[in-house]
Amino acid sequence: MYVDPRGPRFGAAVTTAVLAAVLITGSGWLLAAQALVFALGAFGGLRIAPYGLVFRLLVRPRIGPPDQMEFEAPPRFAQGVGFVFAAVGAAGYLGGVTALGVVATAGAFGAAFLNAAFDFCLGCEVHLRLSRLLGRPVIRYVTDNRRREAHA
Amino acid sequence: MSLIGLVAVVAALVAATVFGLVRRRRGGRLRVTDAAERVAAETLGSALGERATLVQFSSAFCRPCVATRHVLDAVAGTVPGVRHVEVDAESHLDLVRQLDVMSTPTTLLLDSRGRIRRRATGVPRREAVLAALAEVIE
Repeated sequence: MYVDPRGPRFGAAVTTAVLAAVLITGSGWLLAAQALVFALGAFGGLRIAPYGLVFRLLVRPRIGPPDQMEFEAPPRFAQGVGFVFAAVGAAGYLGGVTALGVVATAGAFGAAFLNAAFDFCLGCEVHLRLSRLLGRPVIRYVTDNRRREAHA
Repeated sequence: MSLIGLVAVVAALVAATVFGLVRRRRGGRLRVTDAAERVAAETLGSALGERATLVQFSSAFCRPCVATRHVLDAVAGTVPGVRHVEVDAESHLDLVRQLDVMSTPTTLLLDSRGRIRRRATGVPRREAVLAALAEVIE
C-alpha cells in the first residue's frame, strides 16, 4: 500500500493541535477520541484514518498530486505508537491519575510535533530498539497473531 | 483549563524543537570511527566491494531508508570497486547488536579489508559519501 506522504504529515499537524487541546483542557474524553483515531489508522490502515480522509477530500484537491508516493508502513507504525500513548493517557485522565495522563499525552504531543515540523520518522528510532530489546522483530508479534487467527 | 497541561505543552514544544534541530544538523553526517571493528563477508552474507563497501541497515518502518538506498546505489554505480549492501536490520539482530546499530538507516563505510571507517545515521549526502570514499580508498 502506497500513500501520498503529505497525508500523514497533515495528520500529524492536526494530531499536534488536538493533543495540545487535551493537555490544556485536561479532557480525558478528547484524548480517548484521539486514541480511537490512532487505532483506526494503525489497525485499519491509512485508507480509513480520519485525518487522512480530511486530507484527501479537502486538502489534496487544492494542492495537486504528490511528486512521489510512499510506503504506508512507517506512518502506520507511528499511529500504533501514538495509540499506546493515547490509550495510557486516557486511562490516566479518566481514572483520576492526572499525572500519568499529562506525561503520556506530552510524549505523544512531542512526537506528533516532531513528525509535523521536522518530518521525524518514529519507526526508524523506536522499532529497531524495541526489536533489540525483545530479541525478535516487533512486527512478528502482529503477523504471528494474524496467522493464528487465520488458523482458528 | 489546566496550568500543568499548559506547562507540559510549552516544555514538550521546546524539548522537541531542540531535539529536531540537533537531529537535522547531525543527520547523515559520516563520523570517523577508530577502524577497530571489522566486518567479514561471511558475517554480512554478501561479498565486500573490491575497494570499499557501503553497508546500509534498513527496516520496514523506515522512510528515510528509501532515500538512503538511492544515494548509496548512485554512489556505488559511479565509483568502481565500491559495493552497496543493504541489510534488513530486523532479521539480523545479532549483527545489529554486534555493530551497535540503534536506528535505521545506519550506514557503515568499510575499506577494502572490511574495517569500519565511517558511520552515519540518517540520510547521508551524496557529496559527503564521495568525499569519505576518496579518503578511505587507498
